[in-house]
Amino acid sequence: MSKRIDVKDLNVYYSKFLAVEGVNINIDAKSVTAFIGPSGCGKSTFLRTLNRMHEVIPGARVEGEVLLDGDNLYGPGVDPVTVRSQIGMVFQRPNPFPTMSIRDNVLAGVKLNNTKISKGEADVLVERSLQGANLWNEVKDRLAKPGSGLSGGQQQRLCIARAIAVEPQVILMDEPCSALDPISTLAIEDLINELKDQYTVVIVTHNMQQAARVSDKTAFFNIAGTGKPGKLIEFGDTPTIFSNPTEKATEDYVSGRFG
Amino acid sequence: MTTTSLTKSRGAGQSGDKVFSAATLAAGCLILVVLFGVALFLVIQALPALVAPGDKIQGGEGFFTYIWPLVIGTLIASVIALVIATPIAIGVALFISHFAPRKLASGLGYVIDLLAAIPSVVYGAWGVAFLAKEISPSYNWLAGNMGWLPIFQGPASATGKTILTAGIVLAVMVLPIITSLTREIFLQTPKLHEEAALALGATRWEMIRMTVLPFGRPGIISAVMLGLGRALGETMAVALVLSSGALTASLIQTGNQTIAAEIALNFPEASGLKVNTLIAAGLVLFVITLGVNMIARGIITRHKEFSGAN
Repeated sequence: MSKRIDVKDLNVYYSKFLAVEGVNINIDAKSVTAFIGPSGCGKSTFLRTLNRMHEVIPGARVEGEVLLDGDNLYGPGVDPVTVRSQIGMVFQRPNPFPTMSIRDNVLAGVKLNNTKISKGEADVLVERSLQGANLWNEVKDRLAKPGSGLSGGQQQRLCIARAIAVEPQVILMDEPCSALDPISTLAIEDLINELKDQYTVVIVTHNMQQAARVSDKTAFFNIAGTGKPGKLIEFGDTPTIFSNPTEKATEDYVSGRFG
Repeated sequence: MTTTSLTKSRGAGQSGDKVFSAATLAAGCLILVVLFGVALFLVIQALPALVAPGDKIQGGEGFFTYIWPLVIGTLIASVIALVIATPIAIGVALFISHFAPRKLASGLGYVIDLLAAIPSVVYGAWGVAFLAKEISPSYNWLAGNMGWLPIFQGPASATGKTILTAGIVLAVMVLPIITSLTREIFLQTPKLHEEAALALGATRWEMIRMTVLPFGRPGIISAVMLGLGRALGETMAVALVLSSGALTASLIQTGNQTIAAEIALNFPEASGLKVNTLIAAGLVLFVITLGVNMIARGIITRHKEFSGAN
């Protein structure tokens, strides 16, 4: 239930502005891949091209291929809506739907894809998803309460539960802990470790310790200067990137000399 | 440095503060005074009509018998207006906020706002001189084909000056109010929530149903209530368009009357108890509007927990 992603010669444009240039990367199934790099280097932009969420911004487009187990996401006739239902996403700030209860938040994606779900099936799915997100014990007595009443860390785990409820192939996380306190961050990191048994996880993070802690492989993105496109500098096993990188820029960044 | 430097304050800054807070307090009180004054005036002036013996009131059967057909007529006209205007307004607002290209959206928004600037007497004139004539053939059709429904019972009015025409004119008048308010609300939907829906694999319409509409719910209700307020109180357009008469169930025959139009048409020639009767009718309209607004508030607060404001 998880697929690999292969990216070939991907360029990302915002209208005429080239934001990310020439990315080639192979992301293994059932692994955690971290994207690190300074602000504005295009790692979030690149992440959003993996489920075609960048298209939400008018004028955004890509050149190149993103293959999900060999199927090109940008092939002719591919519906971005279908792509997104297979590649889930967790955002920088927790964003449970404020008008829905905790239970309805978890079921939101499922109801889109399959409107006919019996109450019994729904109950099972809600419990399984919330347990998968390590949130069940905290919310099982208040499933009918609004999701916005939870703490930030709980909200983020609710968003993860919502994402895994539709059983996606891949889960993308765009700095999922940047708005959370250290304890909630730890909870999310533990969760990411469990998620990789079932899902392919790609995470963007500003926190290098976090990348070192959670990921199997790390990709370092950098930018030559303002107005220049972001590029993938180096991609490899996480221990190698942090202890023995090939590129000088990577070494400078991970050792804290710039960025 | 002694502690006195902390207790001393800048004279000018503080007096500005005092003036400002006094001014806002005065403005706040003024609203209450005006509202209370109007209510008091209405009650005092209406009292003679409310306590007068039945045969002195127009119609000869007391104030209640006089007023209730007008209340029903007012509600019918307003409900027709809202039933027509609300879906169109929400559709237009959604188109402007989420579907139209930016240039078209701002142009369209501007045109809608212009609709609100047209005086009601112009709407009335348009309604009676154009709409009523053009629409009367379709009333004949309704009477012929759907006449078994009491609301479309024939014979249809030949002039088209019916409560349904008045309702349609009112719908056009309240449309810009509802549209511009709901558009503003829809634009305020947090991007974060829209993206959350899209990332789950929602289509554009599903995204709107999951985030924009629930988020905008209290705003939609407020907008509709403001539209209802205008429809209930609209005088000139109804007075011109509607050929008034006794209360009838059929919307396509002449008949029915609204409170506001009744007051406007009769006030100039009224004297004595008749004036009190009309003011009492105004009091009833005031109470209806107040009631409608309180119900709307109630609906909004009941769902506060899920409103997205917390």
